Amino acid sequence: MTALLGVTEFSKQFPVGGGPGTWARLKRRFTGGVEKLPKVYAVDDVSFTVDEGETVGLVGESGCGKSTLVRALTRLIDASAGSIKLGDRELALKPSRVFARDRDRARIQMVFQDAGESVNPRFTGFDTIADPLRRLRKLRGKALTERVETVASQCGLPLQLLTRFPHQLSGGQRARVGIARAIAVEPDLLVLDEPTAALDVSVQVVILQLLQRLKKEFGMSYLFVSHDLSVVRLLCDRVLVMYLGKIVESGPAVEVFEHPLHPYTQALVAAVPRLHENGSERLRLIGEPRSPIDPDPNVCRFYGRCPRGADACKTTMPALRSFGARSVACHFAEEFLPQPRIAS
Amino acid sequence: MTDIAIAPRRESALGALFKHARYVVGENPVTGFAFALFVLIVLASVFGPHIVPYDPLASDTTQALKPPNAHHWFGTDQLGRDVFSRVVVATRLDFFIAVASVALVFLMGGLAGVAAGFFGGWTDRIVGRIADTIMAFPLFVLAMGIVAALGNTVQNIILATAIVNFPLYARIARAEANIRREAGFVEAARLSGNSDWRILTFQILPNVFPILVVQMSLTMGYAILNAAGLSFIGLGVRPPTPEWGIMVAEGSQFMVSGEWWNATFPGAALMVAVFCFNLLGDGLRDMVDPRRRT
Amino acid sequence: MSDAPTLSVEGLSVEFRTRGGIVRALDNVSFSVGKGETIALVGESGSGKSVTAYAIMGILDPAGRASAGRAMLGALDLLSASPAKLAEVRGRDIGMIFQNPRTALNPIRTVGRQIADVLIRHGNVSRRDAPAQAVEMLRAVGITDPSRRAKAYPFEMSGGMCQRVMIAIALAAKPSLLIADEPTTGLDVTTQAVIMDLINDLATQMGMATIFITHDLALAGQRSARIVVMHAGHVVEDAPTAELFANPRHPYTAELIAATPDSAVSLDKLASIPGSLPDLRRADLPPCRYSERCPRKLAACAQPLPHADLGGGHIVACWNPLPAQHASAPAVSAA
Repeated sequence: MTALLGVTEFSKQFPVGGGPGTWARLKRRFTGGVEKLPKVYAVDDVSFTVDEGETVGLVGESGCGKSTLVRALTRLIDASAGSIKLGDRELALKPSRVFARDRDRARIQMVFQDAGESVNPRFTGFDTIADPLRRLRKLRGKALTERVETVASQCGLPLQLLTRFPHQLSGGQRARVGIARAIAVEPDLLVLDEPTAALDVSVQVVILQLLQRLKKEFGMSYLFVSHDLSVVRLLCDRVLVMYLGKIVESGPAVEVFEHPLHPYTQALVAAVPRLHENGSERLRLIGEPRSPIDPDPNVCRFYGRCPRGADACKTTMPALRSFGARSVACHFAEEFLPQPRIAS
Repeated sequence: MTDIAIAPRRESALGALFKHARYVVGENPVTGFAFALFVLIVLASVFGPHIVPYDPLASDTTQALKPPNAHHWFGTDQLGRDVFSRVVVATRLDFFIAVASVALVFLMGGLAGVAAGFFGGWTDRIVGRIADTIMAFPLFVLAMGIVAALGNTVQNIILATAIVNFPLYARIARAEANIRREAGFVEAARLSGNSDWRILTFQILPNVFPILVVQMSLTMGYAILNAAGLSFIGLGVRPPTPEWGIMVAEGSQFMVSGEWWNATFPGAALMVAVFCFNLLGDGLRDMVDPRRRT
Repeated sequence: MSDAPTLSVEGLSVEFRTRGGIVRALDNVSFSVGKGETIALVGESGSGKSVTAYAIMGILDPAGRASAGRAMLGALDLLSASPAKLAEVRGRDIGMIFQNPRTALNPIRTVGRQIADVLIRHGNVSRRDAPAQAVEMLRAVGITDPSRRAKAYPFEMSGGMCQRVMIAIALAAKPSLLIADEPTTGLDVTTQAVIMDLINDLATQMGMATIFITHDLALAGQRSARIVVMHAGHVVEDAPTAELFANPRHPYTAELIAATPDSAVSLDKLASIPGSLPDLRRADLPPCRYSERCPRKLAACAQPLPHADLGGGHIVACWNPLPAQHASAPAVSAA
């Protein structure tokens, strides 16, 4: 399987509080100082790949950096460091400000979390889906109408709903509009940022099944960002678990959820309410996460909240180590590895 | 709340607009009344000069200062001119001043404001400083100053009104653009290949417009009052042009001696027009904002 | 049940006057909560679960009114109580936790003050002692460094902490009933677990009855002893948790379980619920609001809904309920 997307040592930092004001900047120019500014390390040295035809899940809680990572991948913001390669092309070279007009813009598209927010309230469904086709495929008139209607039908959106405004559509219908817009230009990689988070369970099923079908039909790869582990387990081949800007675990989705190796993943899996269990063993995380501002590069990000905490955890940042198809960033990963089965 | 499926029907955009307009006007009788009044004002501006019984500029000193009677419904002024004809003909000028001022300030303030809100940085700072400078002056004094410096013409009155209202529009537009610049649909528009200025014009501006529309109808009333005020102190339209403000100014001299009709009727016309525009503001907003459509 | 229930809702119907007509949001809703019991009201959007809570608390939108039924808190009918009486009862006898903690808290008042307000108004605590007791409440809900946090404003705190503050406010006067309306929506799943633990622990400690409103069936199952399933303003099923999952009798309940991602091993096995919610403004709504989407519909379904008591506290509102899957259900008898 060839790698469609390759992310290598990607980092993104934000200056705290938006950075110094004009006067402070002028002052620094004159005093000649390049003081170290406090920065939020939203994403820190992340590397992974997405192969053609794969669905990769990206899991993590608020503050883990997945939104930032996703916005950088889709070229809405720039990287602070690292590389983002789509096929052979290095995307990070072109600034996000001008990427909208790039010839590869159509290759990566995104389905947003809240379709209500991500669709212009003054655009009809038709306008919304037509926009990328007008801008990126230069379609007009009859060709445009045909393409919009085709895509809408593929997404299960009745054609008469195309003249409606977002507030006249149900949640599920809005979600379909968002999906239709994203796939209209036939992207290679589709990033889905919690596409079903705002939907009812029954609607969620239909939308997920639609996404699965579209992927097979058009041979896209998916990067599926979600906090809902049950959904990720169903839809994704592989999953990446992020915490405070770093990838702490990765591997085949089913395995990661049945045998989490990293203590954070273990707590995450234990916290998910399951239908057929009752209040599982309380593996609860105490306290608040560490500050993402100028974190100490030698201390594990999870130290302090982790049920274990040894000296190694605060002197050396654990590296992401591979164990077959799985990777874990923890000094004690070996202890949790599933034992080899003994044939009886 | 409930996800209610609305009965679908294919309708053209214009048809939908009329249907919605009828609904809004029908639902709130006050809006309906304001709308009817507005139509009356428009008709008076367009057809007024053609249908009035007397030439508004024709003076006949033998008929001076006659109270309202069968021949002169609103009486005559000190030069024997028919007040009714003058009031009706003045509608065109005042309405034109109102519309032109509002259009100008929307373009100037609205565009500057959304650019400031969307791009931030230096654009925001410059627009902000311009707005602050304008707001540092008492607004009517500033209008007076502009007209006095540039001359008593209708164009300058319009310009002065627009400048004086610039900060308000810029501020509103800037706030609205600022809120929306991080919105999901703006990001989606970027992904769809829209450049920044396209996003500003086609995505953000249409969303900012309904909010400005309410302000615009209020400004129309203010524009007329502003012109009237300037005329009152001699800095507005020059006589013998019929304009409500000037008529009130000239007529006020005669109030004490009992010839009340000279000032009252143009004053009442002023009041009715401003009242109508204010009421219209709400109705217009309902019509333009798609979120209110059911 | 030896004790009288803490709250007994009987035949509650709620209507809303809207531009498009009258929305019959709730129709003949009945359930009860015993002393110290935790029940869950489960349903999708449009099911009426939040409306039920708001009607009980008397904080419905002005366009809405309870057109029938009673909500008995002990001997008091909340639906017909005077506003003055209701104001007394709210906070002192019933506490409510709302969905979005940030918007439910007053943004310009420190959290300590907000808790103290409840203590003074409903908890018979003097103005002098209230601040100290507020700090204690913050400690009880697991906020570290409570004396410093008491002086903080909601915007300075994370979503999880705001929710803890809201719990503290709801429980400050030690009410006998707690209504939690989607308390963990928007919170991370690890935070959710901790908050739900907190609610459960405090409820047990204080012997408080809890109504837990959620759309998440798995979460409801994990945290409550009994589940009341709602659909389009009706109660369709009411059963102890284990029994509900083992033997769902109402077709909607079974579909809901089958649509929960956790229940399937692969995406294709996940079932979606056919049809969609009926328009609640219709004058011709059938007595069973699920019948138009139900694959098990019979001619009998045109009759008014039954309340079939299947024994063991299992009630289902269906003329053609699913057969029991497992032996754990006692003998079936229709009411």
